Amino acid sequence: MKQTSVKVDSPVGVSRRQFLKTGSGVLMGTLAAASGVLATLAPSRSWALTLSAMSNVEGAKLLKVTRGIFPHDTLDDAVYALVVKDLDAAAAKDAGVASLLRDGLKQLDDLASGDWAGLDYLARENLVIKMAGTDFFEKIRGTSVVSLYNNEMAWAHFGYEGSSYEMGGYFDRGFQDLDWLPDPDADASPAKA
Amino acid sequence: MANIKLDDDSAVVVIGSGAGGGTLANELCQKGIKVVLLEAGKRESAASFQNNEWGSFGQISWLDKRTTSGSWRVSRDFSGLPAWICKTVGGSTTHWAGASLRIQEHEFRARTHYGDVAGANLLDWPLTLQDLEPYYAKAEDKMGVTRTNGIPGLPGNNNFKVMYAGAKKLGYKNCHTGRMAINSRNRDGRTHCRQLGFCFQGCKMDAKWSTMNAEIPKAEKTGNLDLRPSAHVLRVEHDKSGKVDAVVYVDSDGKQQQQKARVVCVAGNSIESPRLLLNSESSMYPNGLANSSGQVGRNYMRHMTGSLYATFDKPVHMWRGTTMAGIITDESRHDPARGFVGGYEMETLSIGLPFMAAFLDPGGWGRDFCRAMDNYANMAGMWLVGEDMPQEDNRITVHATEKDQHGMPVPNVHFTDHPNDVAMREHAFGRGRAIYEAAGANHVYPVPPYPSTHNLGTCRMSAKAEDGVVNQHGQAHEIDNLFVSDGSQFTTGAAENPTLTIVTLAIRQADYIAGQMAAKAI
Repeated sequence: MKQTSVKVDSPVGVSRRQFLKTGSGVLMGTLAAASGVLATLAPSRSWALTLSAMSNVEGAKLLKVTRGIFPHDTLDDAVYALVVKDLDAAAAKDAGVASLLRDGLKQLDDLASGDWAGLDYLARENLVIKMAGTDFFEKIRGTSVVSLYNNEMAWAHFGYEGSSYEMGGYFDRGFQDLDWLPDPDADASPAKA
Repeated sequence: MANIKLDDDSAVVVIGSGAGGGTLANELCQKGIKVVLLEAGKRESAASFQNNEWGSFGQISWLDKRTTSGSWRVSRDFSGLPAWICKTVGGSTTHWAGASLRIQEHEFRARTHYGDVAGANLLDWPLTLQDLEPYYAKAEDKMGVTRTNGIPGLPGNNNFKVMYAGAKKLGYKNCHTGRMAINSRNRDGRTHCRQLGFCFQGCKMDAKWSTMNAEIPKAEKTGNLDLRPSAHVLRVEHDKSGKVDAVVYVDSDGKQQQQKARVVCVAGNSIESPRLLLNSESSMYPNGLANSSGQVGRNYMRHMTGSLYATFDKPVHMWRGTTMAGIITDESRHDPARGFVGGYEMETLSIGLPFMAAFLDPGGWGRDFCRAMDNYANMAGMWLVGEDMPQEDNRITVHATEKDQHGMPVPNVHFTDHPNDVAMREHAFGRGRAIYEAAGANHVYPVPPYPSTHNLGTCRMSAKAEDGVVNQHGQAHEIDNLFVSDGSQFTTGAAENPTLTIVTLAIRQADYIAGQMAAKAI
């Protein structure tokens, strides 16, 4: 994998520590030690996300809900925070979305008969699954399916290499480098130009 | 470039600049005929195309409002996006993967060979493979199709290696890197493929043939082409005698214009072409233009499709290199012993991480979904594409109440699989799974059809006027100077990717139109 060739220019909302400007909350975190890939991408190991509509607590909960819907155990919170960023932006634009998200978080607490966010991650996930099909769940799932996977940190994590044109494509960079199966006959796969 | 006046009624007006319209326009211009080419989308280029799936999707896709109905899963998962096709100069030739296969002889005579399939509206084409062979040869030369005209095949990528290894173990005989309209060597002023892996996003090398990078620039050099991008056609008008004589469109400034025409050729893809004919209804043609048979919009086909992605213990990096890097053609034969009529092709396919999330299991989530995504780098993929049955009720209609940004009724796309389609898909999933397991897959994921890329059949060719909309030249049965020039003409779908045949029909149609104009028949 060509991790070092993936660049993060103005890392999509999660970047250097940004302290309070506007908005009601700031979500902060540190890249986990395990995520060496991301550490090479991010300008700093600390990240912060300024929220416009949601509070710190709500933002942190939404991040956990997103983890429950798309449980990639080794994917860093910094990537999930990109989903929270987009949910927050939608909530800032539309009060209906804000209340949908707040009501959903309350429902999770109800399901937990207390503090859902305080449960361990598997217990949290099991309760999130019970919300499947609700507008709350679908809003987060639908946002995540683009936001979680359409950013360069996620690409680095999953090993996808993104744009190749700038590097001349893969013509001289491994489009035929699979070595655990026999090479096809030359009739089937002629030599490159 | 020509500057044809709006009131000039001597030109041929072509609507749509994709495989059919773009090719037809160039062929006519080469013969000295003036052409106004109206394209709803903007003009992009290799320089402006993006190696970015969602970015490109927003740049070149047709995203105008559409509705869906029927039992196909696309209607549930992508209710506003029945088709993944383009609104840009070059149409969907900017997006296509490049597979260029001739339709087989028996497929042109599907009714004869397949018999009376219950619920299917099968019909033989009013032409044969023999009729098309010289035109296929011209198309292959024009498009630089590999493995024709002495052009070498493309080098296979990692995704192909996996398919090939499995195919050999199962005893498939015909597995290779395909007949592709992608340069394996520099040719026709365009460079060879650099294996970027973004064929669907518009080729940034111009190695892949498109009407944008080949036909339209050549047509412009003749001085006979007046290309108007951002010209969205609303309706086709006719005179008192019933002949079409003008096209009304919204120009790039949002103003309505009327372009006079001697001949009108509709090539807006199999959703927009019938929609335009239906929206052009008048007191003389109350059911829409060219529709006394009632067949306009009917027999909508979208190919039996499905995909398989398989994960392996070791990396594949399938996204490196051509999107459609190889093919197995053994299953494209007609062999009813398999439990269905017609056949299918198996073609490698790769999509990037962002689209994998959207298409692997639309609406999907949870641990199984995440496990597949976690193994993205170790994934190989193939697309299954076969002949689907034409059905009268699978059709494009214009919506009773929903309107687009120009106030025109939007198209509704209604589709339900025929039992033959379902049986073929099951068979194809089984064979594809066997191929990947033979190559060592640890898990295989069957993926339901994407929004349609092969939209066919809604203005079909027929020998008799009551069975279809156009004759073997794409000429409307009831209006001599109105032509359909895209995949809407297809009488049946055949198993093959349709672009080569659309281009072939356009070359043949250009000869016919030129002859008819010279004879003053139109």
